[in-house]
Amino acid sequence: MFKYLPHTKEDIEAMLKTIGVDSIEALYQDVPKSLKHHDLSLPSSHSELELYEHFQALANDIDVLKPVIGMGAYDHYTPSIIRHIIERQEFLTSYTPYQPEISQGTLQYIFEFQSMISQLTGMEIANASLYDGATATAEAMFMICAIRKKQRILVSNTINPNIISVLKTYAHYKGITIDLLDHHEGVSSLEALKAHFTDEHAGLIVQSPNVFGLIEDYAGFKDVLEEKQGLFVINQDPSTLAHLKTPSAWGADVAVGEAQSLGLPLQFGGPYIGYLASKKAYVRKMPGRICGMTKDSEGKRAFVLTFQAREQHIRRDKANSNICSNQSLLALFVTIYLATMGKKGLYEAAQLSMDAAYTLHDRLLELPIFEPVFSGQPFFKEFTLKSTLPVNMVQEALEAHGYLGPYDLHEMGLGDGSWVSFAMTEKRTEEDVETIIKALEALV
Amino acid sequence: MSYYDTLIFDLSTHARKGYTLPKRTFKRQALPTHLLREDCPGLPEVSEVEVVRHYTNVSMKNFGIETGMYPLGSCTMKYNPKINQDLANLPSFSALHPYQPTRTVQGMLKLLDDLQSYLSEISGLARYTLNSYAGAHGELIGLMIMKRYFESRGEHHRVNIIVPDAAHGTNPASAVVAGFKVIEVPSEKDGSVSVEVLKGVVDENLAGIMLTNPNTLGMFEKDILNVAELIHDHGGLLYYDGANLNPILGKVRPGDMGFDIMHINLHKTFSTPHGGGGPGSGPVGVAEHLVPFLPKPLIKKVDNTYHIERDNETTLGQISHFYGNVGVAMKAYTYILSNGKEHLPEVAKFAVLNANYVKESLKDLFELPVEGVCKHEFVFNGLKDKSTGVTTLDVAKRLLDFGVHPPTIYFPLLYKEALMIEPVETESKQTLDRFIEVMRVIAKEAKETPEVVKGAPHNTIVKRLDEALAARQPVVKYTDIPK
Repeated sequence: MFKYLPHTKEDIEAMLKTIGVDSIEALYQDVPKSLKHHDLSLPSSHSELELYEHFQALANDIDVLKPVIGMGAYDHYTPSIIRHIIERQEFLTSYTPYQPEISQGTLQYIFEFQSMISQLTGMEIANASLYDGATATAEAMFMICAIRKKQRILVSNTINPNIISVLKTYAHYKGITIDLLDHHEGVSSLEALKAHFTDEHAGLIVQSPNVFGLIEDYAGFKDVLEEKQGLFVINQDPSTLAHLKTPSAWGADVAVGEAQSLGLPLQFGGPYIGYLASKKAYVRKMPGRICGMTKDSEGKRAFVLTFQAREQHIRRDKANSNICSNQSLLALFVTIYLATMGKKGLYEAAQLSMDAAYTLHDRLLELPIFEPVFSGQPFFKEFTLKSTLPVNMVQEALEAHGYLGPYDLHEMGLGDGSWVSFAMTEKRTEEDVETIIKALEALV
Repeated sequence: MSYYDTLIFDLSTHARKGYTLPKRTFKRQALPTHLLREDCPGLPEVSEVEVVRHYTNVSMKNFGIETGMYPLGSCTMKYNPKINQDLANLPSFSALHPYQPTRTVQGMLKLLDDLQSYLSEISGLARYTLNSYAGAHGELIGLMIMKRYFESRGEHHRVNIIVPDAAHGTNPASAVVAGFKVIEVPSEKDGSVSVEVLKGVVDENLAGIMLTNPNTLGMFEKDILNVAELIHDHGGLLYYDGANLNPILGKVRPGDMGFDIMHINLHKTFSTPHGGGGPGSGPVGVAEHLVPFLPKPLIKKVDNTYHIERDNETTLGQISHFYGNVGVAMKAYTYILSNGKEHLPEVAKFAVLNANYVKESLKDLFELPVEGVCKHEFVFNGLKDKSTGVTTLDVAKRLLDFGVHPPTIYFPLLYKEALMIEPVETESKQTLDRFIEVMRVIAKEAKETPEVVKGAPHNTIVKRLDEALAARQPVVKYTDIPK
């Protein structure tokens, strides 16, 4: 007997009798003998106490460092209530709301999630979420290619190289060609766009704040794109959207991004959550699930998955995307985060992150170790500097004080080996800044 | 369950707040106004108590595995152990940034690498990646591996992927997204694929076939070795959809059946919570000759040290920002250690025992198109007595009144009234007996008072929904609601 398996000897005998066989083995009589496998070479069953001991042993081989980097994963604070609510079994253990009568809880928070993403991005319709920001951007690429029936897109090279790398993979297999748009002083450039956007392109994909942490200015972009019927996709960190001009205000047709920065634990890279929102006119080419409001047979307000005719279970090999789930529990996480923070809290957390980042930035530049890389556009909570010392020397000095950073941008093929990236959040204090500066002063 | 008709936005009151933040002395930074939004996002302003009470009330409109039996076919809705959750939440793991130097995260990498090895042992395939986020994502990555393999051999003409008509819709959709052409083949009456039918579609353009075994009807594909031989003889590869792995855990291995690539749904077989639709995890495993094509980055062990290989010449490319849903992988790892080699094979056996028990106990009243032992699930073609006019949808909705989550309905597409039941191993005989009793009551009602079944559900917090209205007059966000 094992705790997850409730069958007693008597149960088994009675059940076999009903079935009309004399052993459970007989239920595998249809499996060719040559295929039957014996003895898994796996660890033995662990009790709960042994599991804790085992995890403690693993944890002894881990040093948790305080990040002063981001690069797509930001160390924001998670309000206590979120974990408690999302671990309610009604949310945690249910599946896709196929039976809406007993899934109104899931459907309602998806509706609230879509509403909040629409509020942040200014877009008309958001889906129920996607795997992560990078794959959401790839889905946006499929979407605009399908809308324009073109197999070529322009992608700004100020997008995080990991996202570009995912775009390239998805594009390669689907037969889409990606052209890269060069930056000017670290931001996507209108002049380059004018020179390189052609009739063959379905659209343009950009990111703001971009891989260097810089806030991009898209004034004039929409006009250039519209002239050639190009669609505009903006990838944006949603935690910046209490401050910054929305994708909709810049004229975006599709807004996407990674919503990990809305309080999700770092968890070594996942699970995170991608969002995707667009103009209503493009809903039939949107990937993923969409929840809508309706009525039941007695006229009561209720929620249901809608526009399902787009999806793979109906369209099969005619579908534009193979997505069949969403990061639902993380959508709930983000919804509770945004409800807790509200319009002011989201603004304040981002402001504190930005204030900490600008303070660190200015203090670092007072050291003879760092120099600016770009001039012009402001950054948000992440910034790029040039280090005159070997990057690993700087990293080791900070690690000795328990910090992770700065990130060596050369690892992503950016810069000349001297470019480094720092990021701050509301979790980093004045004391953190002092410790970092002192640790680096010792190198001078 | 109780009805609650308030949205978080309805609770919003100006100047109320649910957060606290520290006071810092940093200089307050201002950005240039042309980069700023002019309005304020319409997020709710609510107190902490209001948030907690609101979402508690929202949760009470949901049915979970701990509410009652959840025999949703093809979804393996087994109990989700609490210990999995507690261990995945340990701060030593959950607070880790994905770019920590590998020497500082050896314990984390060891866990992930060991999980990859355990999945290899369980499935008989050489190596796994945990980067794929879900079953459908796993399919896509698996097919990209196939594509990359043929590209590496210069066999660009191999574009045909064979998919049985009984397959899950993601199979053909994934194949197209990976740049393949779908060749759909009819299934036999028992959901199996016939070697004779396959012989008619394999040619020099064959890339591979996507199958699951046991198949969508829960029947073991007896001819699998012949199918594998035929596909391999024609230069193709076999992809195994791991959705139905539960009943063969420790009994039969897809690698031994001849499959070259597969994904495993950790949220099915390995008990990680479905979370209302995600996050799942769909690790992809491959046979030795396909290892070079696995996606990057790749976690691997070299001389007792764990590394993250960021790039290599032959990889199919990158398909996730980091290393997949690590938090989910940790839960599956815990589940494997909890069960251990002693109990994992029992999981399979009891899943199969439960399914056959329910099938045999109901087949006098529900139409069983395929006789014989099934594996973890089986499909009824609705009620045996078709004269009542009661459909599978009606039966499903009536089950709601009895506090049972309905089985999967109208899938697979092989039968008009498909009702796909997967009772899972964590259910006791008592629970199964109650389910059987409820199903028999419904069958009786269908004869005697069919209007009761057709009008179901009667006891749920909302009744049948007007799905057409939702598509006709889309209301997809709070501000769309007519005032």
